[in-house]
Amino acid sequence: MAKKSAEAVPSELIEALTLAELCRSCSVRADWIIELVEEGILEPTGREPSAWRFTATSIRRTRTAWRLQRDLGVNRAGIAVALNLIEEREQLYMRLQRGER
Amino acid sequence: MDYKDYYKVLGVEREATQDDIKRAYRKLARKYHPDVNKEADAESRFKDAGEAYEVLKDPEKRAAYDQLGANWQAGQDFRPPPGWDSGFEFSGGGYTEADQEAFSDFFESLFGQARSGRPRYQGSREFHAPGQDHHARIEISLKDAYEGATRQIGLHAPQVDPAGHVTVKDRTIKVTIPKGILPGQHIRLAGQGTPGIGKGRAGDLYLEVAFKPERGFSIDGRDVYMDLPITPWEAALGGKVKAPTPSGSVELSIPRNGRSGQKLRLKGRGLPAKPAGDLYAVLQIVTPPADTPEAREIYEKMARELDFNPRSK
Repeated sequence: MAKKSAEAVPSELIEALTLAELCRSCSVRADWIIELVEEGILEPTGREPSAWRFTATSIRRTRTAWRLQRDLGVNRAGIAVALNLIEEREQLYMRLQRGER
Repeated sequence: MDYKDYYKVLGVEREATQDDIKRAYRKLARKYHPDVNKEADAESRFKDAGEAYEVLKDPEKRAAYDQLGANWQAGQDFRPPPGWDSGFEFSGGGYTEADQEAFSDFFESLFGQARSGRPRYQGSREFHAPGQDHHARIEISLKDAYEGATRQIGLHAPQVDPAGHVTVKDRTIKVTIPKGILPGQHIRLAGQGTPGIGKGRAGDLYLEVAFKPERGFSIDGRDVYMDLPITPWEAALGGKVKAPTPSGSVELSIPRNGRSGQKLRLKGRGLPAKPAGDLYAVLQIVTPPADTPEAREIYEKMARELDFNPRSK
């Protein structure tokens, strides 16, 4: 029997996302993303929501924020605090791996 | 199938009030939330707590569960007694607010299948909806990021046939990882999420790129840190050493009186993104063991002749 070969799938590296793309990729509503921007949790470039461009790491931040709200009932200010602490901990962990003091 | 003791999972007595149960669940949820807790078993404990709470928070489900009796031990082989749920009505259906991810077989045998198991769109009216997007993480090596790579990924994806039945299909796809990708970047595979319903388009698959931890290397944004072991005399006298880097071997100049932890920057030799990051070689002085008479003699000579005490300033 011939070995089943894997199907090659076109892939695309995400450089920057529009508001609509971020909503779609995270299955959340635009007004909720706008709230995150107002709170300073997400910092897109561009002035107007229609001109906003988010970095790819916003996907992770948005999804984490959504889970914190849905699973633990954390509000926006709490999400901002938690995300900062989570990221700070990740950086400390990396410095620990590098053996820095 | 194993019996699950939902009271034990939440750490409450069988007589606990609804308030006790809520408090216990909230506490566990905060402790084991996978975004907050990085322990390996955090996610499964979070899910177990969610499943236990799903049953115990609902007086109807709790009463039905209590009906099974208190004599079961967690992990004991379990089959629901016939007609165990007669006289109970579950107004909320199987899943209520819970995530669509499957609960345990034990839960499903008692309270029914996940919502996704019995699609709600069955019926005569035509229905179109886009498929769901999926997210997954992919771990790559430093080498993959420096050189680019193709990787095969096994997908375990639910498929919806025209009659609305859901089946799980395994398939393998090949993904190109572009050179210079950075941690946290995402690759989008259009149309590789859940197929749409009716004429709805398929969802996309998003792969979040993470780097496999590698001994002696760490990554900060687009910069790479690399341990560079050197001898005490290389550190003290300085000079050139040959060092393997992810983008090939280079000759490095060690400064005189180099210290452990000192960083040498190699501009543009970090991750090859645009612009490229830098590579830092972090000096690590390694002392040779005094396991031969010659080595002992040298150390003894240093002890005699060098006026050096690192504990005094």
